[in-house]
Amino acid sequence: MFRDMFGKKKRYNSVPSKKSRKNVPEGLMQKCPGCKKIFYRKELNRNLFVCPHCDYHVNLTAYERIEQLSDAGSFEEWDENLETTNILGFPEYEEKLEKDKDKTDLKEAIVTGKLTIGDAPAAVAVMDSRFRMGSMGAVVGEKIARAVERARKESLPFIIFTASGGARMQEGVVSLMQMGKTAIALERHSRAGLLFISVMTHPTTGGVTASFASLGDYNFAEPRALIGFAGRRIIEQTIREKLPKDFQTSEFLLEHGQLDRIIHRHELKSILGNVLDMHRTGGESNETRA
Amino acid sequence: MKHVLDFERPVIDLREKISELKKLTEEKDIDLAEEISTLEERLEKLEHDVYTNLKPWDRVQMARHPERPTTLDYVNHLFDGFLEMYGDRHFGDDPAIIGGIAKFEGAPVTVIGHQRGKHTKENIYRNFGMPHPEGYRKALRLMKQAEKFGRPVITFIDTKGAYPGKAAEERGQSEAIARNLMEMAGLDVPVICVVIGEGGSGGALGIGIGDKILMLENATYSVISPEGAASILWKDAAYAKQAAESMKITSYDLEQLNIIDELIPEIMGGAHKEIENQAEILKPYLRSSLEELSAMDNEQRLEKRYEKYKNIGAYAAIEI
Ligand SMILES: [Zn+2]
Repeated sequence: MFRDMFGKKKRYNSVPSKKSRKNVPEGLMQKCPGCKKIFYRKELNRNLFVCPHCDYHVNLTAYERIEQLSDAGSFEEWDENLETTNILGFPEYEEKLEKDKDKTDLKEAIVTGKLTIGDAPAAVAVMDSRFRMGSMGAVVGEKIARAVERARKESLPFIIFTASGGARMQEGVVSLMQMGKTAIALERHSRAGLLFISVMTHPTTGGVTASFASLGDYNFAEPRALIGFAGRRIIEQTIREKLPKDFQTSEFLLEHGQLDRIIHRHELKSILGNVLDMHRTGGESNETRA
Repeated sequence: MKHVLDFERPVIDLREKISELKKLTEEKDIDLAEEISTLEERLEKLEHDVYTNLKPWDRVQMARHPERPTTLDYVNHLFDGFLEMYGDRHFGDDPAIIGGIAKFEGAPVTVIGHQRGKHTKENIYRNFGMPHPEGYRKALRLMKQAEKFGRPVITFIDTKGAYPGKAAEERGQSEAIARNLMEMAGLDVPVICVVIGEGGSGGALGIGIGDKILMLENATYSVISPEGAASILWKDAAYAKQAAESMKITSYDLEQLNIIDELIPEIMGGAHKEIENQAEILKPYLRSSLEELSAMDNEQRLEKRYEKYKNIGAYAAIEI
């Protein structure tokens, strides 16, 4: 919902200098949003899209994330047929959706399914901030709720990777209610004694932070991600005060006791695999009311 | 001087004209009975026309009316022996959310609500009804207490939103709201939420998950303020009126979207015209909701609550 933070960057920057543009096909190079250095995408990819120069964690698409984490060939996608409708008849909404579908090859701002990490199975939901800033409309809420419910029925842990500007304005109060819908699904999953891990990535704000992103048994984050409830500009206007530079970063949250850990992308797969492994027996003994 | 909203200006003007004529009749001993009765008829019609055709933006003004009844107004008229309880037991007390125990028609309940002020001094004390994390955590503490003692929870929603401040972020505004959503989802007692004024975003929802969502006719419920939406979508807060229309934020819209369970009619001209009568109108809705929910066993009630939220939203399933 806080558009200002999306202002500058474009996910796949093509080559900036005129000279190199002649020689290098579009999409082959990418600029690091952290240090502005240009890298071959291949080189970045080999480093899990972490900048070799400044360690900035470049945003991943949903499928890149899944590829980095899952054991080869283990991912099975769920509910890929769900598409957004213009519930409120909001002006110009369809056009915006179509544009993002073309741009991303996605149907919505989230991909859900099942995978294994180090042989441990889990249900997973991965948000993709390229699509409508990763905002949460009815389909995002529905896909999360369905994945959580299916995880509960199959006694699976649930892992979510958040990347979202918050609510989707064009779906108004229906978007707001997805906070309730996802929380109520997670409550059941939790009551069944099952594990939920939330991994917050850049950016995670607004209604997404104030619902499922903050409800993990473990709340993790990637380094230097923007994570917060209200937008920086709105807070500065309200309190008439300049905010510190690191305000609402992962590091700020960790310092204020809001996160379990910050996890470097290079360690993410092994730590998640470990945590999953330590909870393998969960979900059977506590299943009293589910 | 009473606060007058733009759209009701013609009504107010006509009403003033009638009282002038009446004064004239008395003072100058002129017989204007006929004119007065014609104007009174016209007034009745005008009132009806104005107040039964409110546009979304008019209702936003109604919901924000400075004299609009607050949580404490309803608490005083609907419950007996309200005893307020303070503090979240971790950091402090947040006057933007009040809570406590009371009796509703003889039976104990826990009452929680956003609390704004009606004048500047009170509004500053109440932080304009915009809570910090402590408010949500106090609310949760009182809800868990209600669960322990098996009494229903009734919440009143009336906030522009959770406070966007530095300290609020540092102390986990997101976590406090998120936690409440999840805990309210599983609360083992009847939970009834009544939207009485502005239902502003996550800050409203933070005490707004329940078995029954009731909403006053002129209340609003929205993901962002119309001004906020307008400045993001059209880069200009002046489009707020348009945003209010597009975002579907009125009680009638929410009824149609199947988000609220009951739309509670308001007194002609708005709840602030006769607070006590408005509370009387609300009362039977609370009573019947409580009766219905108390008759269910916990399992059944939680299942219905789950289904209710599961069904919010719409999507298309395409062939692939
Ligand atoms: Zn860099």
